[in-house]
Amino acid sequence: MKQSAYPYYPGCTLKASAKEYDISARLVCAQMGIKLEELDDWVCCGAASAHGIDRLLSIALPARELVTAQKFKAPLVTACALCFSRFKFAAYELRNEAMRNLIKYIIGEGEIQQNSDGVIHLIQLLDNNKDDIRVKKLLNGLRVACYYGCLLVRPKEVTNFDDEEEPQIMDKLIKLVEAETVDWKFKTECCGGSHMLTRPDIVIKLSHRLLYQAKQAGADCLAVACPVCHYNLDSNQKKIEANYKDNIGLPVFYFTQLVGLAMELSPKQLLLNKHFVNPMPLLQRKGLI
Amino acid sequence: MPGVDVITPKPITELRSWVETLSGQKVARCYQCGKCTAGCPVAYVMDPTPRQVMRALQLGLEDELLRSSTMWICFYCMTCAARCPREIDITKVMEALRLVSAQRKATPAQKDFKLFHNLFISNLNRFGRIYELGLGLTYNLLGKHPLSKAELIPGMLARGKLSFIPHRVKNTDRIRDIFNRIKAFEKQGKP
Repeated sequence: MKQSAYPYYPGCTLKASAKEYDISARLVCAQMGIKLEELDDWVCCGAASAHGIDRLLSIALPARELVTAQKFKAPLVTACALCFSRFKFAAYELRNEAMRNLIKYIIGEGEIQQNSDGVIHLIQLLDNNKDDIRVKKLLNGLRVACYYGCLLVRPKEVTNFDDEEEPQIMDKLIKLVEAETVDWKFKTECCGGSHMLTRPDIVIKLSHRLLYQAKQAGADCLAVACPVCHYNLDSNQKKIEANYKDNIGLPVFYFTQLVGLAMELSPKQLLLNKHFVNPMPLLQRKGLI
Repeated sequence: MPGVDVITPKPITELRSWVETLSGQKVARCYQCGKCTAGCPVAYVMDPTPRQVMRALQLGLEDELLRSSTMWICFYCMTCAARCPREIDITKVMEALRLVSAQRKATPAQKDFKLFHNLFISNLNRFGRIYELGLGLTYNLLGKHPLSKAELIPGMLARGKLSFIPHRVKNTDRIRDIFNRIKAFEKQGKP
């Protein structure tokens, strides 16, 4: 099998509340002959806070990691959609020479190369190498609502990811493992994002709308590619059900976990036990474990 | 006309120039179709709404804008920008208003948002990475809502999803250097 290595930026949440995303991503990539090399001593990208408080900080933090990643001859892979967005915005700003010089002074190390395609999301990495995904067990009968959220797709001229209103890249991966994907209109609607502490009421309302629509469209579960979306839809689901007196019961998977199941990685390896909504009954019902 | 407030538009104000410079967007382009507000998932809790923000900037109604929490409620989902028929990046306008607002004293409507984002940045400055449990607890204590979201903590701990100790980067000096150079640059205006 061919071996390739990519610089990898997991981001803060993948080291704590979204551990299962990090672990499943590494396992799936290893099966594909891809080594994710975590950047040495990486720093937070500034997430949802830096760009609204101090714009230079929001460019300098990702720029520092971009410089570290330059020594690899492959694009930097991010798994979190929020990190992906911040890296893409920084790369976009760094196309400007004056900005490059200023940021070089601020981070105080290395030359910054001008390469806005130097950052990709984990879904793109899998999509680019889909011939190496060796499916051992088809996920027949599982009906998945692929949820992309905001930050992967918008704005297109910055993220260069997929269609802004009707993206397909995750759907294609899920179909590759023979699960069914449902048509639904809320693929790129917002889950409430980073308001989980400041305005939980907003998160509950918007996440309920998503879960309700996914269920109406006939989904058994959701697939996501962002730890913030996962947090809002999974750990809040009990509260959402209580608030809206609605029975939802939709497990929320990271897309890497579904691809991993199709590679015959075990639920334990993929840390399916970390979810608040237990996915095991669904998988048993469908005869997938 | 009796019973109708007549607003006399102010000439281009300082705030509008700032917003236009920071966002790179021309406020006058907006023709008030309202597509931004129609697609905005949080317009229902905003006062003013995105369309009204554009109008307030055009008319120079600054106090109303800067008192509001609209720019802090906006979470940059960028739906407005993707759909604007005049190709105005309204998200960038919101971001510019937040940058201006961040420099001023918080109004009651803005207090919690500013507290959260400032704590986030100081967390980052201190550890280099975000310490989720610490950030949540300090936000709740300082914001005087000690039990907000507390119901999730036991489940998160049981699943090993929260850490009691912060993940700290090895070289925290490098981060402090970045913060200091930005501060120095913003004070002088040049490196």
